[in-house]
Amino acid sequence: MTYLAKPKFHHPDLPKNALGFTHRDYEGSISTLCAGCGHDSISSAVIQACFELNIEPHRLAKLSGIGCSSKTPDYFLGQSHGFNSVHGRMPSVLTGANLANKEMIYLGVSGDGDSASIGLGQFIHCIRRGVNMLYITENNGVYGLTKGQFSATADRGSKSKAGGTNNDSALDLVGMALQVGATFVARSFSGDKKQVVPLIMAGLSHPGPSFIDIISPCVAFNNHAGSTKSFDYVREHNEAVNRLDFMSPRAPITVEYEPGTVAAVTLHDGSELKLAKLHPDYDPYDRINAMTYMQNRAAAGEVVTGLIYMDPQARDMHAGLNTVDAPLNRLSEKELCPGSAALEKINASLR
Amino acid sequence: MPKGITASNDFVIKFANVNGSGSASANELFARAILRIGVPVATRNIFPSNIQGLPTWFEVRVSGKGWLGRRGGVDMMVAMNPQTWDKDVASIDAGGYLFYDSSKPMPESKFRADLNIIGMPLTEICNRTYSDPRQRQLFKNIIYVGALASLLNIDLAVIEQLIRDQYGAKQQLLDSNIKAVHMGHDYAEANLNGMCALDVVKSDGVGDRIFINGNDAAALGCVYGGATVAAWYPITPSTSVAEAFMKHCRKLRVDPDSKKNKFAIIQSEDEISAIGSVIGAGWNGARAFTATSGPGISLMQEFLGLAYFAEIPAVIFDVQRGGPSTGMPTRTQQADLLLCAYASHGDTKHVLLFPEDPRELFEMAAQSFDLAERLQTPIFVMEDLDIGMNDWLCKPLAWDDSRAYDRGKLMSADDLDSGKTFGRYLDVDGDAIPYRTLPGTHPTKGAYFTRGTSRDRFAKYSEEGAVYADNMQRLVRKFETAKKLVPAPVRRNAKEKTRYGVIYFGSTSAAMEEALAALETKGLHLDTLRLRAFPFSDDVIEFVNAHDQVFLIEQNRDAQMRMLLVNECAIDPARFISILHYDGAPITARFITGAIAERLNVNMKSKEAAE
Repeated sequence: MTYLAKPKFHHPDLPKNALGFTHRDYEGSISTLCAGCGHDSISSAVIQACFELNIEPHRLAKLSGIGCSSKTPDYFLGQSHGFNSVHGRMPSVLTGANLANKEMIYLGVSGDGDSASIGLGQFIHCIRRGVNMLYITENNGVYGLTKGQFSATADRGSKSKAGGTNNDSALDLVGMALQVGATFVARSFSGDKKQVVPLIMAGLSHPGPSFIDIISPCVAFNNHAGSTKSFDYVREHNEAVNRLDFMSPRAPITVEYEPGTVAAVTLHDGSELKLAKLHPDYDPYDRINAMTYMQNRAAAGEVVTGLIYMDPQARDMHAGLNTVDAPLNRLSEKELCPGSAALEKINASLR
Repeated sequence: MPKGITASNDFVIKFANVNGSGSASANELFARAILRIGVPVATRNIFPSNIQGLPTWFEVRVSGKGWLGRRGGVDMMVAMNPQTWDKDVASIDAGGYLFYDSSKPMPESKFRADLNIIGMPLTEICNRTYSDPRQRQLFKNIIYVGALASLLNIDLAVIEQLIRDQYGAKQQLLDSNIKAVHMGHDYAEANLNGMCALDVVKSDGVGDRIFINGNDAAALGCVYGGATVAAWYPITPSTSVAEAFMKHCRKLRVDPDSKKNKFAIIQSEDEISAIGSVIGAGWNGARAFTATSGPGISLMQEFLGLAYFAEIPAVIFDVQRGGPSTGMPTRTQQADLLLCAYASHGDTKHVLLFPEDPRELFEMAAQSFDLAERLQTPIFVMEDLDIGMNDWLCKPLAWDDSRAYDRGKLMSADDLDSGKTFGRYLDVDGDAIPYRTLPGTHPTKGAYFTRGTSRDRFAKYSEEGAVYADNMQRLVRKFETAKKLVPAPVRRNAKEKTRYGVIYFGSTSAAMEEALAALETKGLHLDTLRLRAFPFSDDVIEFVNAHDQVFLIEQNRDAQMRMLLVNECAIDPARFISILHYDGAPITARFITGAIAERLNVNMKSKEAAE
C-alpha cells in the first residue's frame, strides 16, 4: 500500500490530548507491511497508547532489531528518535541508550525470530539486568521477511504454509521473562486492541523491565489451518485472565469490562490500573504462581493473555548502578574530569 | 667457579615461579626497590592462561641507560619452579648466575659448569620458621627478595620503606614481611657474600617518571576523557582496563554530596552485547567504550559495520594478544591490525591509534572520545599485552585543565528553532562530517530514524543506487578528514644522511630506541617514522618515497602494517623490508639490531660487488 502518499491534513476537530497533540502527531511513515498484518494493529495500538498517556513524542526512543516487526517503529511516532539496529541485538543497544539517558522512555520492538532465536541471549540478559523499558515481541511464529520458515516460538506439530510440520519444541518468551526477573509481563493478541492498548500504556509507565508478548498473525505465511499463530486459532484458544484499564491522571480512558471483580492499583506516578479479573483465582502479583499457571494452561492448549505478572515496587538497572540523577549524557567536563591536581596525586602514588 | 658476569645497573634477572604462589607481589617489590634507588627497570610478566600451578616468569631488566624494551638473554635466574628447571637453566647466559632453593640435594647433571651457582635452603628456612603451609609458601618469596638485596647490594632500608608504604597500618603484615626480608638478607650476608658480581648502584636515572601498566593508564584516560558508560566482557589481556576504570571511577567519579555515581559500568553477556551497548550509549550522547581483545573484535564485526555506516561514536580498546583463534591468550602480538582497520562486511575503514607506552595510551584514550564524537565513528585504541599488562617506566601523566571536550557536530534545540536545515547525512561544512541530533533534543524537529540500511541525506530509507553511492563516497571523504585529526606520525632523522628508513609503531618503540643506538655505534644510520594512527597522513608516503629501502618492524607474522601501507598509500611493496617478530614475547632490541644489521651488511656487500 506504499504507493499511496499519506495525506498531511487532518480534520480540525480531531480530539487532542492534554498536550494538545492529536493522533496524527503520533503517527509515522506509512506501513510497508502486507495488508492485514497483525503488526500494523500493534503500531496503531502504540500510537493510541502514547496519545492517551500524553507522552511527548521526543521523550520516547524506539529501538528495534531486524525483521518485519523491527520495521514497524518507522510506522509510528515519527517525531521520536528511532534506531533500527542489528538482528537480535536491539536489547544491548537499548541498554546502552538507557545508560546514557535515564530520563527518556524506551520502547523496544522485536519479533520472535529476532528475540527467540538469534537474540535470545540479549533478550534474557537485558531483562535480568533490569533495564527500564517496554519490550514488545510481535510474535507470529514465522520468519516473514524471508518467506515463511518456522521460528523458535512455533509450536511443535504446527504446520507451515508449504506443508511442513515443526518438530522442534517452542520457546516460551513469557515464561523466560518471568524467570529472569521482568517486573511487568503480559501477553496479548494483535486482534484484540481493547486488551493491547491498556497493556502498552501500563508497560510504558512501569518503572522497570516490562515485557509484552503479542501474538500477531502473519497473513502471508502463517494464517492457515494447522498454524497455532493464525487469527482463527488464537481467537479460539485465547484465554484472557483479566482485563486491564489504564487510568492516566489526566486522560482516563474507558474499557468495557466483562463481568467480574475489578481491583484498582495506584502506580508510582499517580496513574491507576484497573484490573478486571476474569479468572477470580488468578493473582498477577505472585510470580511463582504465574509461572505455574502459565505452564498448566499451555499444556491444556490455551493461549493465556492479559496481565500475567506485575511487581508495583519494581526498581531498575540505574538503581543498582546508583547513577546520579542527571542523565549521564548531560554531564560536562566540569562534572566528569577530575583535573590535573588529582592526576598529580595519582602520579605520586606510582613512583 | 667460572668467571661471573660483572655488571653494574645493566643486567637481566628472571624469576621462574609457579603461578598462584604469591611470587608476583614479591617480584614487583624487588623491581620497585631498584626504581627507588634511581635505576630504571623494565619488567615483563610472562604468565600462563591459568590461575594456579603452571609456570610463570617475571623478567626484570635493570638498565642504568634507561632502555625499556626487552633485552633478551638472562644474567641471573631465580629458579623457583622445578617444572621448568631444565629450560630455565639452559636460558642463562654463560657466566651468569643461578639462584636456587638448595633445601633438597640435586644431582650435578642438573647444573651447568659455566654458571655461578648460588644455593640457598629457602624451604628449610621457611619450614623452620613458619608452621602454616601458606605462610611457608608466601614468605619464601619475600625471603629471596631479602637475599637478592644482599647479593645485588640493594639498600635494605629501601625495601623496608616499600613494605611500609604497602601495608601501612596493617601492623601484623608489616612486621612479618619486614622480618622475612631481614631473614633472607641475613642469611645471604653470612653465607653468600661475594658470590655475585652484579650490582645496583644508586643513580638519578628515574627522575619524576612513574611506573604504570597500560590498562591502568587507559582507564585513567577514559576517566579524564569523560567516558561515562563502559560495557565489557572479561577477556585476557583487556579485563584490567574495565576493572581499573571501575577502581578509578569509585575514587574520582562519585558525587560527593549525593554519593551517586557519574558513571555506569555493565559486564555484558558477551562482546556483541558490549559493543551494542556502547553504540546505544554513543547514539544517545554519552561517551562510551568497551575493552576487549582479538576474539572479542571478531564477535563485534556486524555491529562495527553498523556504527561505521550509521555514523555513531564508539571507542574500542583492543589489547592485542597472540592469535588466531584462542592462540596465545597471555602473550603479546600486534596482529589485529587488518581485523580492526577493515572490521565488518562491506566497504568499511576505521580509525586506529597506536600508543607506544602507557603515557601515550593515557593521552590517546582521552583523545579517542573527542575523535569518536568529532568523526562520528568507531575509534580503535590498539594496545597490546606488553603495554597493557606490564608496568612501564614512563613520563608522568599530564592534563591541561583548560582542555574542553570536543563533542562534535551536535545540533541543539536552538539550532533547529533558528531554521537551520537538518539532514542527518548532509555534508554542510565540506568536511563530509554531518550534523546529528540526540534523542530528546526538540519536541517537533530533528528526530530521525537511525538504521543500517541505505538512506538519503535526510535519513529517509532509499534503495536507489545513486543515493547509496553518494553516501558511501561521503564516508570516504570523511576518512580523508580523519587524516588531519588523528595523531601525526613522529619522524626522526639520523645523524647522517641515509638511504634507509625504519617504520615502527606501538610497543616496539622501546626496543627500537635501543636498537637504533646500537646500530649507530656500528655506523649504521637510519631515519625513523613512528606511526601513531591509521588512516596514514601524507607524511608517511613522503617518508617512504624519501628512502630507497624502509624497514618495517611488526609483531605479527603476515606483515599486516605493510599490507595496510601498500594498500592505502599505493606504495611499491618492494620498498619495504619486513622485520617480523611473533613468538608471543615482546620484541627485543637485540632482535631488531641483528635483523637490520644483517640486511644492511648484505646489501652493502652486494653493492660493493656490483661496483
